[in-house]
Amino acid sequence: MIEVKNLVKSFDDKVVLDDISVKFEKGKTNLIIGASGSGKSVMLKNIVGLFKPDSGDILYDGRDFINAHRDLKTDIRREIGMLFQGGALFDSMTVEQNVKFPLDILTKMPEEEKLDRVNFCLKRVKLENTNKRMPSEISGGMQKRVGIARAIVNSSQYLFCDEPNSGLDPITSIKIDRLLAEITEEYQITTVIVTHDMNSVMEIGEYIMFLSNSHKLWEGNSDDIMHSGVQELDEFVFANKMMRKFRDQ
Amino acid sequence: MKSLGKYLLFISSLFKNRESFKTYVKLTLDECMLVGINSIVLVGLVSLFIGAVSTLQTAYNLVNPLIPDSVVGLVVRDLTILELAPTITAIIFAGKVGSSIAGNLGTMRITEQIDALEVMGINSSSYLVLPKIVGTLIMYPLLVILAGVLAIFGGFLAAKFGGVVSTADYFMGLKMDFNQFTVSFALIKSVVFGFLVSSISSYMGFFTRGGALEVGQASTRAVTVSCIAILFSDFILAQLLLVR
Repeated sequence: MIEVKNLVKSFDDKVVLDDISVKFEKGKTNLIIGASGSGKSVMLKNIVGLFKPDSGDILYDGRDFINAHRDLKTDIRREIGMLFQGGALFDSMTVEQNVKFPLDILTKMPEEEKLDRVNFCLKRVKLENTNKRMPSEISGGMQKRVGIARAIVNSSQYLFCDEPNSGLDPITSIKIDRLLAEITEEYQITTVIVTHDMNSVMEIGEYIMFLSNSHKLWEGNSDDIMHSGVQELDEFVFANKMMRKFRDQ
Repeated sequence: MKSLGKYLLFISSLFKNRESFKTYVKLTLDECMLVGINSIVLVGLVSLFIGAVSTLQTAYNLVNPLIPDSVVGLVVRDLTILELAPTITAIIFAGKVGSSIAGNLGTMRITEQIDALEVMGINSSSYLVLPKIVGTLIMYPLLVILAGVLAIFGGFLAAKFGGVVSTADYFMGLKMDFNQFTVSFALIKSVVFGFLVSSISSYMGFFTRGGALEVGQASTRAVTVSCIAILFSDFILAQLLLVR
């Protein structure tokens, strides 16, 4: 479980996250949603340590991440897998090398065992026989799946995804969403996904937190979100015609 | 001053929380290939022509019949060892390798590849930059030696085929009043210039923010700042080590 307590983050004079507290539970797909510029990605980057919060606490299964000694911080980071918006695959490496990279750097596993693990993860994301291809030779959806394989290859306990569906067609998006939900349940990991895709929200949102103007305005699940009674959230959820039609029925 | 402080902090960060020695050996060898081997043709070609042109122009300027022709060899030798091989090669090196380092790291930054390393608990600056600096420190002095040898050889070719000075006079000039310290001085300069080009270019690339436009700007800035740093340190080193 990841616990965020009273998180505050600002850039110069602009407060981007104002006193945010939230708990992301293990084995659930936790979603952070909100309009562009609402602070979702900043929140995620604070949680994984890419930004330093102005104040507040972040606890990984009770371990204080922000004030942790460098060694503990490194240990926690090595339990984290992250899927970036653009995939963030290393251009100069093949698919296999990309997925094997965390094992090469973070473990002392024998080479054969590493390759077995890589092949297992690639198979899990349905990307067999792509080992020797370069990231530039595969589609955006495949790159995302390689990113997921790389994120889980080291048996990560915490999986973070920043806009996993950006730039993908609806069918591929649903496949990625389902894959993330399956992996979360199968390996009982804590998954946090930043998205503004309502399809994802309805498909896999077991816990949803809505950010607006630097504040947490609402939390709940995909069943409750249609009847939140929060104006800003309703504007976000029913922004497209299809959702409005669905509500009116 | 703020940038200088940030640069020094960046350099100190390379030595914190490092990965295993084995990891760096492989990365450093890769960088040696990229930085050194891939620059041989360009550096060799430029040096060969600079040496040849230096011989022709020195001979053209020596019109006084009291000055022996062998002085051409001496001038080319000292010019090459003291300035052309280490400094001009460094400017070329900054253009080729410096822009490549800044572009590479800048692209990694804007495509979140550096963030991916950080999230994995890897010190990204140390992992990406330290091998580049060590690789350059190993390869650049070797390139300078190669440049020096080829420039003097280029001078010989110009003497032989240009007909401005006899090869015997040229060789006599090369051996005349030779001060071994000039070679040490050139190698000291090569280590300093290699460090400056690799570290400044890495710094510019590593802190790139924005998109493709900013990556291009970072590459240009890396070359400009590296060239200024080379020329400035060239003066300081000459003042410290040559002036008695």
